[in-house]
This record gives sequence, structure tokens and C-alpha cells, in this order.
Amino acid sequence: MPELAAHAGRGVIRIVRRGGGAEANSGAGAGTVVAVTASERDRKGEKPAGPWRRRLHVVTGKGGTGKTTVASALALALATGGQRVLLTEVEGRQQIAQVFDTPPLPYRERKVASAPGGGEVYALAVDAEEALLEYLEMFYNLRSAGKVLGKMGAIDFATTIAPGVRDVLLTGKIKEAVNRPDGTRPSGLAYDAVVLDAPPTGRITRFLNVAREVVGLAKMGPIRSQADGVLAVLHSGQTAVHLVTLLEEMPVQETIDAVAELRAADLPVGGVVVNMVRPPLLGAKELRAARAGTLDGEELAAGIKEAGLEPTADLVAELAREAAQHAERVALEAAQRVEVAALDQPMYELPLASDGMDMGMLYRFAEMLRAQRMVG
Amino acid sequence: MTPATGGGAHDDTDESGGASRGGQAPAGEARAAGARKASPGSKRPPGSAASPRARNQSGPKSAQGAKSPKGAGLSKDGARSGAAAAAQVPTIRARVRPQPGGVPRLDVDGMLASERIIVCCGSGGVGKTTTAAALALRAAEQGRSVVVLTIDPARRLAQSMGLTELDNTPREVLGVDLSAGGRLDAMMLDMKRTFDEIVLAHTTSERADQLLANPFYQSLSSSFAGTQEYMAMEKLGQLDAADDWDLIIVDTPPTRSALDFLDAPSRLGAFLDGRLLRLLLMPAKAGGRAYVKMLGVGFGMFTKVLTKVIGAQLLTDVSQFVSAMETMFGGFRQRAEKTYRLLGAPGTSFVVVAAPEVAALREASYFVDRLETDGMPLAGLVVNRMHHSDGRSLTAERSLAAAENLTEHGEHPLAAAVLRVHADRLRLAEREARLRERFTSAHPDTPLIEVEALAEDVHDLAGLREIGDALAGDERLARVG
Repeated sequence: MPELAAHAGRGVIRIVRRGGGAEANSGAGAGTVVAVTASERDRKGEKPAGPWRRRLHVVTGKGGTGKTTVASALALALATGGQRVLLTEVEGRQQIAQVFDTPPLPYRERKVASAPGGGEVYALAVDAEEALLEYLEMFYNLRSAGKVLGKMGAIDFATTIAPGVRDVLLTGKIKEAVNRPDGTRPSGLAYDAVVLDAPPTGRITRFLNVAREVVGLAKMGPIRSQADGVLAVLHSGQTAVHLVTLLEEMPVQETIDAVAELRAADLPVGGVVVNMVRPPLLGAKELRAARAGTLDGEELAAGIKEAGLEPTADLVAELAREAAQHAERVALEAAQRVEVAALDQPMYELPLASDGMDMGMLYRFAEMLRAQRMVG
Repeated sequence: MTPATGGGAHDDTDESGGASRGGQAPAGEARAAGARKASPGSKRPPGSAASPRARNQSGPKSAQGAKSPKGAGLSKDGARSGAAAAAQVPTIRARVRPQPGGVPRLDVDGMLASERIIVCCGSGGVGKTTTAAALALRAAEQGRSVVVLTIDPARRLAQSMGLTELDNTPREVLGVDLSAGGRLDAMMLDMKRTFDEIVLAHTTSERADQLLANPFYQSLSSSFAGTQEYMAMEKLGQLDAADDWDLIIVDTPPTRSALDFLDAPSRLGAFLDGRLLRLLLMPAKAGGRAYVKMLGVGFGMFTKVLTKVIGAQLLTDVSQFVSAMETMFGGFRQRAEKTYRLLGAPGTSFVVVAAPEVAALREASYFVDRLETDGMPLAGLVVNRMHHSDGRSLTAERSLAAAENLTEHGEHPLAAAVLRVHADRLRLAEREARLRERFTSAHPDTPLIEVEALAEDVHDLAGLREIGDALAGDERLARVG
């Protein structure tokens, strides 16, 4: 993967999976890397692996794992080569606007970025109340009645309080975008793919499964048919639910829990994107020594001096301490990587942007996802 | 110090010493003495700081186990793994950081000594639960009787506190140093059970059965977006009314926005007690004309729209639910209001928790503003997971250049690699400091404390103690290192 390594600077982007990954990483974390190509996976006739050719990509992850960034990069990756992609969010937090550095998104699809090869990314912040009004207007020409209801709290009732109605409206709007026809486009569809920056792992299964719950509650009526439509999109091979994690204990644990829940709910689990990967900067031997506190201080001091710096005792001690912490973290990450690999879902990795995210980094992340054949 | 802060104990932002801080707390000399007892100035020699605690962890275990047989087996495991982990950790994990210039320091020990309720809030994934647990443990070991209400703790953290079952009842945490006369209980919120308990307590058993079986109720009690927040408030009210503890520490639910937490109780309260539900009740009572009177819209119009939106059958379930709930309406609103008042009363402090990330700090900023608007007592901000370097005299640029230089000449690969580690760390630390400064410039009066990033997640009492020390700026750790 020379192309990829170039983008990641010193870092190496790796696709580590399963047993091989576990063994490779059981040492100090700098062990051999197992790269598995999509074609290898296909030959083995395993679970559907990348590239994920799906119409709806749901991206979830624990808070703080960077799921909006990954969803945005995924949308750019999907759009690369001339596709039109819709990126959506449903939590009213205007996270997409922040990633693309645009003013807050109205309830209207708006182009936020171009992708290489004539691709386009549109974005939409789905709002339950607006979705409900739109829905009333579309099906019953009842927009004005909807406004009356809004005044007395019925919209609030229907969108936030009636069980699941809010989530049905949100998922219903996503379903509408996935299925929206457009005769002027070669695919006959308004969007080639839809990416959903979804609720976090703790709520994702309930969110996606709300349609099923509503099917149980509402035996008929428009909400019911809406729910049926959502179920059709989620359960017919058109959807993949990707999970974003960090190589830290809690995000990994939540990812494992979420995968189990998604599988139990028969929802299609996609890839696991390991975000903010920081490559080890020390070799395996040095990592071990640093962790054990047996790093060669004299050699370190000599090297610092050789480089033209003053190797004071304080500085050498602080550098050794930082190396020890680095080694500690690398070892913990290796252990977490084994846990993720054991999920037996394709893994993709994105490096930590130590200077913060910007649009340039986002395009590079999109290339990395394509190079790792998550999509493309 | 913001004017909103309650309690004189907060007025001391002096960094110089923990020993004097407890003495200024107005809330009782006994507590202050407890705080002093555990504070860094005391006899414990540096280097042996962990040992009395380690002994304590295995010592009283069996005695306590005998006292509370139900949780004994599980809690012992927690204590054991805690002791084992402590033995394995050769280095300190969190150091006390110098306070950023010009920023008032959050006086954690003062707050723990004087407050009655502490609410930890912030967006998801910032270490809120860990912070709540660390504060609770510290207060208990300083002699207060504490209960911590957690919402959704990580499994291993929960285990370390003996929270292996979700039974909605506070249980004593084993392995806590009780020598200062304190106590620590912990519980995990079970929102459905809390809701069920309210129903059972406020209506006849016949009606309760009817209600508990209603599909609308079942869905509302387990999945309504605001139920968890409301039930956390309800539970807080119950713990407060029980009056069994000096201090209640509440972790808040992982809401999609931290602000939801303040609104949810009134929203659910308003809904359950509201005009809309009364309207839904009316068909059975007064007939359609009331709608015209109240809304200027005919009954037919109203039900037509609602039926279209949620479906006729669901509407029937809602109506049944509403009739069953009717007896409890007043109670819900009353309690919601009471808890809200409790949050704003003297003796309560909010601690906003954040990580040095754009989104988390933005959320923290919103929250601080909101607390001010609502007249809620903000104690300050905890910024978790900060990276620091004590070798800042060697800048990232010079460090990196030196590393490149060595690599170019093929010499001293170890030094080159370690210099790269240093440069990486400094860049991260600088970025985090910039983000933190952004918050500080918008909220210069908000006291804060920075907690250093740990190599691993905290999942034992020893780890919580270290966090507690770092939160309180307890100098003992620095000396141990």
C-alpha cells in the first residue's frame, strides 16, 4: 500500500483482522501487519466485506470517537468518481456544518463539497418536527393543521414524546432520500448513496429498530406504513451499519456490545473504522524497555547531546517518562486491536490528525478509506 | 468565582495548600476535620501513600462482606482486582498539573466538604462517570457519607464499585478507606424500574397493573428520549428525601446534547401533566365542544390530525394510558418542580466535565451559559484527558529537527525515536491547551481543573483515588513521582 503510507506520513495504515491480527499484535504492538485484500475475503466466501456497495451507510460510534468525521470522509469517498451522495445527521447538533465549515444546515439538502472526478456531497440535518410537517403536507395537505398542532404542543408530543414516532420520522426521511427517484440521472435515483451520521452506539440499535417497535404498536395507519418502508431499506441488503471506535477500552467495549445488539436485531453490521490511530514511534525492543523503565538513559543522553541539545537530567527523565507512556499506550492499543479483530468484521484505520481536522485532512481520510477498499 | 456559585467554601482559589481549605468550609467542623485528615500535609510519608490504602482494601473486606452478604462475592472480586492492579502499576498515572495562568482553580475539596448535592454533566465520552465516582470516593475517604448515582457506567468501573446488578438500590462500596468515618454507597439507575415504582406507589394495585401492561406505558418507560433524565431526577429526589447521606453525587445521562438534561424533567413533567393529555382525556368526559373552546379548532379536526399522525389504535392506547395516569398528574409535575428547585438551591453544585476536544468543549461552554441563565450553581469545569509535558523547554520543532538530524546520520536511533515521541506529545498538548484557552477566554471566571490523560481507563478504586487526587490538586502524587 505505498500510496496509503504516503498519506499517513510516518504512520502505516493497516488492515488487521481476526486470528492473524491477534497473533501479530500480541507483542508490544509493533508486530507484523496482516493486510487482507477484499478479493482474498471474497475467495474465502466470508461475510460480505468491503468494498461496501450499499445504498445506505449508517455510521455510529461512541461519543468522542469522531463518527461525524468518519461519516463525512465516507461520503466524500463514495462521491469520488462522479457519484452524488447525501450526508445526513439526525440529532440536531449541526455537526456536519462544523466539519465542512459551513453555516448551520437548514432543513433542505445543500451541496457542501465536491469530490474528485465530478462527485458531489450534499448534506441535510434532518429535523423531526420539519419532517412531520413535510409529511403532513405531502400526504394530507395538512401543513396548516400541523402548525395549529405545533402551537399546542402536539408536534412536540408526536416528535419527542409519543414512543418512537420521532425516530420513525427521522428514519422515514432517510428512507425517502434513499429511494427518491430522479429520471435525469443515470442511476434513476436522486442519490447514489446516503450516509447517515447516526446516534451513538448506545442508542443505535433502538434507533434503527424503532420501525419494528412501531410495527408492534401501530397496527395500521401512516406511521405504520412509514415504518414498513424503513424496515424494507434496513433489511434488504441495501444498508450497512459501520462502527467507529478508538483503540481505547470503553469505545471498544461499546463497539463490541453494539455489534452484538445489531446482530441480535438482524441489522446488517458493516465495517469497523478504527479512528485516531497513532502509530508506534519506537521499535518493539525499545517499547518493551520503555514500559519496563529500563530504557538506556546514557544512550538517550548521548543521542540528545549528539543532536546538539543539552541533555539535562530533568530533560532525559521527562523524555524517558514520555517514552514509557507512549509504550504503555501502544501496548494497550494492541490489546484493544485484538478485541476489535475478534469481532470478525472488516477493519479500516484512520490516523490521528494531531493538528486538528480540516477539509484537507477530510479529503485525505476519504482517499485512505478508498485505498483500504471500504468503498470504491 | 462566578456569582452563581453557592457556598463560601468556594471562595478560596488559593493554590497553596489543601490543609487550610477544609477549615473554611462553613458546613461543619467535623467534615472539615475529615478533609484535613486525608489531605496531603498529613503524616503519610511520600512513597508510602498507597500502602495504607492497599492494606485497607484487603483488610476490612471480610468484615464488610459478612455485613452485606448479598453483594459480598461480587464486590470482593472488585476489591481484589483493584489491589492487583495497584500492585502492577509501577508509575503514577495522573500528575497534578500546574494551574493555567489567570484561571481560578476549581476547589474540589472545599466543594466535597460542604455541598449536599453535586451534579456532574457534560457530553458523552468525556469521563463524566469516572469523575463522579472519583469525587464520591474522595469525599467518602475524607469522612463524608456519600451516595453516587451512576447512569451508565463502563462495566469494569461498575464492577470495581460492586455494581454488578442493576437493582436500583444503593449498595455499599467495599474497599473504601473508612478511617475518617465516611461511607460510600453506589447505585446504577434503572429507569424503567424507577418509573414502575412511582406508578406502584401512587395508585391502586388494580390501576397500576392496568398501566404497567399498557403498551404505550411500556414504551414510554423504557425508550422515551427524556425518561432517563426524568428518572435520574426522580431518583435524586428520592435519595435526597431519604436523608441517609451527607452528599449525593449524580452522574447525568448521555444525552444527545448536554442541555437536554435540564429540560427533560420539565418536558416530561409538562407532558404528563399537560393540556394535551387533558385534551386527550376529554372525549370520554366533556365531549367535543371543549376543544373548540380551548383551541379554536373543532374536535374532529384535532382527532383527525392526531389519528393520521399516530394512528387510531395507538391513540386508543394513549387515551387508556392517560386515564390510568390521571391520578398521578399532579404528583409528576410537583416532583419535577421540586427537584428542579433542589438543583438551584444552596448546597448543590454543578460540575461540568469536558475533554480537550472541540465538540466537548463547545458543549461545555453551552452548558456553562445555560446554568448561568437558569441560575444554577456552577462549581466549575473539569477538563479530563489533558496531555502535558514537563519538557517544554525543548520545543516540538527543535525536538523534531534534532530527531531528523540524528536519523539523517544514522545515529542514536533510540534518541531520535524518543525525540519524536516528545514532539508528538508537545503538539498534542499545545493543541489541547489552545482549545482549553478558547473556553477560558469566553468564561474567564469559571474555575477549572485539568486532569492529565491516563494511559489506561480507570477500573479500580486505586485508579479512582488517583483521579480524585488529581481533581483536588492533591500534591501527594507529585511527591510520590
